[in-house]
Amino acid sequence: MVIDEETMKVTQDTKITSYKLPLAILFALTFALALVSLVSAQGPTPTDDEVNRIAKQLYCPVCESTPLDVCPTEACRQWRDLIRTKLGEGQSEEQIKQYFVTQYGARVLAEPPNRFASYLVPAVAILLGVLFLARAFQMWMKPSITEAEAAANEAPPADPYIARLEEELKKQK
Amino acid sequence: MTESTIPAPRRGVPLWAQVIVWTLLVGLLVIVAMGLRRAQQGTVQPGQTIDNFTLPLYSGYQIDGKSEIHFEDLRGKVVVINFWASWCKPCEQEAAEMQQAWAEYEPTGEVVFLGVDYVDTEPEARVYLKKFGITFANGPDLATRISQYFRIKGVPETYFVDKEGVLQYVQVGPFTSIDQIRAQIDPLLK
Repeated sequence: MVIDEETMKVTQDTKITSYKLPLAILFALTFALALVSLVSAQGPTPTDDEVNRIAKQLYCPVCESTPLDVCPTEACRQWRDLIRTKLGEGQSEEQIKQYFVTQYGARVLAEPPNRFASYLVPAVAILLGVLFLARAFQMWMKPSITEAEAAANEAPPADPYIARLEEELKKQK
Repeated sequence: MTESTIPAPRRGVPLWAQVIVWTLLVGLLVIVAMGLRRAQQGTVQPGQTIDNFTLPLYSGYQIDGKSEIHFEDLRGKVVVINFWASWCKPCEQEAAEMQQAWAEYEPTGEVVFLGVDYVDTEPEARVYLKKFGITFANGPDLATRISQYFRIKGVPETYFVDKEGVLQYVQVGPFTSIDQIRAQIDPLLK
């Protein structure tokens, strides 16, 4: 059997092509798999709403009294970017807030960390104040009416003329 | 008629209640006064001995092989404490001068520069440090403890501490030339 050179070349090319195709598919699949795992590790890009949901619970010490979600300064923009990065890494809201507390102190939180203690002291102080005022008013009001009347009734008039006059008035009643 | 001549006896608030109210009131006033005093105090003043503080350094920065600096370990050296932030434009004005000064004094072994990064994010801080080629020790002011201690009013601010740990000079705002920095360090080396 005589095989000419042209036929041999075509056969070799076909062999090479037949090797190349599965190899290319394998590479493509490996690359796609790697890409998918990378994307799933990073998570989807967080939206502005997701970033702002955390940002509005934080205050940057540089711009006091302005929540982070609406603060226009460069420092706050960086903080928002950091929140976005950490959300992208898959960190939870609590983890991100804790990171900011560790880095910048508890004063960055809009809500105090220990709510019970933070609200208890002013609540008790207000309650004590209200009780004190109520008691004080009660004491100030009562004596001025009852004791004054009692004193008036019990105390004998100093002037006999007035005493007689009051006696007469009582009779007329 | 009788009522007007005989005053009604007044029963006051119980003594214990008065004591509590006055104590609370005085306590509140003391707290307010302390707050106002602190607000008006300004930065730490020259002549004051600086207390110990800890500065963790960004990775890649070290002093004598340590990645965490305790200020008291630097006793015997002149310490230049520079507060900065990557979002601070005036800080950029002096960044090159600070690095230049550090390069000049580092070989003496008698001066230490500490960069305290105030309310910053690490990625942005690293970009800043790389941009200006800053090689002296730098780290974040965790929980703003150091800046609160120095009562800084903003950034940049630079504090010059002598070999005994006593603050000698405070620069509020950026340096405009390296001569200004030299003028503060050289007298402390004598």
